[in-house]
Amino acid sequence: MKDFILPEDADFGTPPVHSETLVTLTIDGLEVTVPEGTSVMRASAIAGIQIPKLCASDNLEAFGSCRLCVVEITGRRGAPASCTTPVAEGMVVRTQTEKIKKLRRGVMELYISDHPLDCLTCSANGDCELQDMAGAVGLREVRYDAVEQHFTPRQNGEANPHYIPKDDSNPYFSYDPSKCIVCSRCVRACEEVQGTFALTISGRGFESRVAAGMPGDDFLSSDCVSCGACVQACPTATLQEKSVIEIGTPERAIVTTCAYCGVGCSFKAEMRGDEVVRMIPYKNGKANRGHSCVKGRFAYGYAVHGDRILKPMIRDDIHDPWKEVSWEEAISFAARKMRAIQAEHGRASIGGITSSRCTNEETYLVQKMIRAIFGNNNTDTCARVCHSPTGYGLKTTFGTSAGTQDFDSVEQSDVVVIIGANPTDGHPVFASRLKKRLRAGAKLIVIDPRRIDLVKTPHVKAAHHLALRPGTNVAVLTALGHVIVTEGLFDERFIRERCDWEEFQFYAEFVSDPRHAPEATEMLTGVPAAELRAAARLYAKGGNGAIYYGLGVTEHSQGSTTVMAIANLAMMTGNIGREGVGVNPLRGQNNVQGSCDMGSFPHEFPGYRHVSDDTARSVFEKMWGVELDAEPGLRIPNMLDAAVAGSFKGLYVQGEDILQSDPDTKHVSAGLEAMDCVIVHDLFLNETAHYAHVFLPGSTFLEKNGTFTNAERRINRVRKVMAPRNGYEDWEVTMMLANAMGGNWTYTHPSQIMDEIAATTPSFASVHYELLEREGSVQWPCNEAHPIGSPVMHIDGFVRGKGKFIVTEYVPTDEKTGPRFPLLLTTGRSLSQYNVGAQTRRTHNVVWHEEDVLEIHPHDAEVRGVKDRDWVRLASRRGDTSLRAHVTERVAPGVVYTTFHHPETQANVITTDYSDWATNCPEYKVTAVQVSLSNGPTDWQEDYEARATLSRRILPAAE
Amino acid sequence: MLPDKIVYMANQIATFFESQPEQDRLEGVVTHLEDFWDPRMRRQLFELIDAGGKDLSPLIIEAASHLKRPRQTA
Repeated sequence: MKDFILPEDADFGTPPVHSETLVTLTIDGLEVTVPEGTSVMRASAIAGIQIPKLCASDNLEAFGSCRLCVVEITGRRGAPASCTTPVAEGMVVRTQTEKIKKLRRGVMELYISDHPLDCLTCSANGDCELQDMAGAVGLREVRYDAVEQHFTPRQNGEANPHYIPKDDSNPYFSYDPSKCIVCSRCVRACEEVQGTFALTISGRGFESRVAAGMPGDDFLSSDCVSCGACVQACPTATLQEKSVIEIGTPERAIVTTCAYCGVGCSFKAEMRGDEVVRMIPYKNGKANRGHSCVKGRFAYGYAVHGDRILKPMIRDDIHDPWKEVSWEEAISFAARKMRAIQAEHGRASIGGITSSRCTNEETYLVQKMIRAIFGNNNTDTCARVCHSPTGYGLKTTFGTSAGTQDFDSVEQSDVVVIIGANPTDGHPVFASRLKKRLRAGAKLIVIDPRRIDLVKTPHVKAAHHLALRPGTNVAVLTALGHVIVTEGLFDERFIRERCDWEEFQFYAEFVSDPRHAPEATEMLTGVPAAELRAAARLYAKGGNGAIYYGLGVTEHSQGSTTVMAIANLAMMTGNIGREGVGVNPLRGQNNVQGSCDMGSFPHEFPGYRHVSDDTARSVFEKMWGVELDAEPGLRIPNMLDAAVAGSFKGLYVQGEDILQSDPDTKHVSAGLEAMDCVIVHDLFLNETAHYAHVFLPGSTFLEKNGTFTNAERRINRVRKVMAPRNGYEDWEVTMMLANAMGGNWTYTHPSQIMDEIAATTPSFASVHYELLEREGSVQWPCNEAHPIGSPVMHIDGFVRGKGKFIVTEYVPTDEKTGPRFPLLLTTGRSLSQYNVGAQTRRTHNVVWHEEDVLEIHPHDAEVRGVKDRDWVRLASRRGDTSLRAHVTERVAPGVVYTTFHHPETQANVITTDYSDWATNCPEYKVTAVQVSLSNGPTDWQEDYEARATLSRRILPAAE
Repeated sequence: MLPDKIVYMANQIATFFESQPEQDRLEGVVTHLEDFWDPRMRRQLFELIDAGGKDLSPLIIEAASHLKRPRQTA
């Protein structure tokens, strides 16, 4: 695929080779020195000579099928393919001789004899490597009149048996076999880059065709995950984005950062005017290295969806219809209400929620407004309900709340442990990078109640799957510690050097107690002792051991304890402080890391400094010119509790849908309903907006400047590719509200906000937009000690000094199964949908996941008379809902599973109010439930739907 | 905030620190409550303790005697 060549974005034909040994050769008279093992094609590209090619691309291993890249090498016979020929010392290569020119023209002539000559109307016109190569080799005529060919529906007056019509089943791209040159780039991209193995070449010789899945499948029904790697790899119009077919080729490209998960992929937004033509993963993006998933590449259509609210709206009562008003009116209405609440109920009676989907700069401003202008610390963020235990747990053990590695690190791992995460669905690009490493021989341990895809997927099989009962994480991890300590598998040198030996002694005594032995916990956790012991031995002694974890760890009443148990395992085995190891939280949303870094939590300023810390507070008091509260504020669940109790009355919510995403929906709605002023700042009239008095339209990531910080602490630029359709970037909206409440802020660009962050926050001291322009991205800490950031943390010592071992006693959750609620519900996310689905439900991604379904084991289904696709009622002690059943062995008997992407299902009506002991992170992952057959939506669902419709009424604007 | 919720949350914190080395328990609970509980939550805790501390873990009651009483109004 030809695309916009940004600096260092060129295709070198074959992947780079890492070797200490250098080899010097001559190509067309130019001397070039490259690492041993490099291909002649790549060496030429480095020397500045582009050898014609069709089947080669530097993100794929050399294949040597197109024969276009032939060269002559002195002393060797024939014309070897430059892509598959490694360089040798003193080699003399000629890429353009009479013999080579003739050979290449002959190859092209054969290709073109079986290719339609409809270039002018072809969707790849101007973006076709076949076209380019025909030009490059000087093809001037095609002498062959093909007796048989693949590209016309009819030939010689009859149906052409070789013709296969276009496959338009995928909503985002089409497959047109008539344009295919069978270079296999798509098949190889699916294998090597994505790791799904959905594509193959069926048939042989003239019958060779690209095929998705099994015979009879189309792209949609196959295993294809629509990552688009094949489309990007295709040199012709065979696999083509439908957006390009509809719009035409783009005219410029702007590098920006995806706004979906915490992998934080870099993309080139390819534009024509202010229309996005397509998103192409950016090759130099250090998180994704040129790969993407279906969400990032294709699911951006929500930005122009008709449901977007573009005008501010207000109402006095949540039962009234909305009234569209000017920005000035909406802002002054909101400011007046918030100040009135404070006058009546006190300074601490209002607060706000920052968004983990917004930029660092926007998040910083929201917490600044709350602390400096609201005058309290009632700020929180949705990280409360996902990774707050990571913050507590890693800060306690290591000294800072962040993953220890970059994503490149996985390439050096020998044993990877995945705990409570489902990377192929939740963090697909990381999963692809992980699978690549696993195919190269690294071992995998999965600790998850569900048989996630990684347990067994083409060419990947977990060495151990510890399918624990939901809620027993701490018991399992402590048992792993028991095996490592009692079998003497720990790294004494590391512990003595880097941790407190006395503390370890106390921990070792605790964990060695026979009650923590896997044999003792087996009955409780459901994990066979022998399997657990084998997994512990593998992690401890299998080489570089890396742990990646997700919300299956944090969203429990012992979430923080589990994070600390993970940190214990990494410390005792010495798996910290170098490449290939570490403890890595996979963050749910694009800017969870950033929103935490930016001081969104009620107890800490940007850079994780407690509000009672006088030194830190004085830095901000000086910068902001106000006195700040030294007491921690309310966390989201506390805000809702306080609202029900009457002491919390006003809330500004930026880019979050707490009614749908937070647990125990009825409690959330009671809290919201009890407030006098709820300001929702969002793209859509989300579920929370049912209870809002002010709606401020938000802008998408395509419409603003700023930065996101991904799960590897990487600060990536977000660049505005189109004007905000709502009129303002989100930071400007917050600034208007702050100023209406007396703020007097004067920012004109987010770079000024970043400068303020750098000036106040030691770990960001050197982060400025100029540095980001120059480096592309940096990982914090980035300051005088680490001028271009820190890929790996805790290299010479822990941030806190000595690593701290914490005793992790298992405490069962109070959410217990019983005769009325015998099953355990756990929740998660799917590949095609994202979080509450506000964005992805407004794209074609719904073809893969149009509703939430309940996964249930065949045994549990049978005893309840439930068949696949039956409507079932799912009830807990908190509430009930209904959805369709999916009978599958992915879940163990006794466990059921669903997603929370659709408001119609509202899985959170079921979830409980229990939360992590340290952080109040809700216990989404364990709810005792019963499942029974049902006829359709419950009364609650019907009432909710009616209420939602009523609440979304909008009166036309007054003239 | 409902009183039983304050009790529940406080006891969860106590349960964790009860498993820690003896010398760290009290300080752990005190620091945790001061660092993470907003003043109105701590005030409610004091109200419960003043009313006899029913259902509260002894470690919480002991910790409260080391805890600063938040000012009445914010």
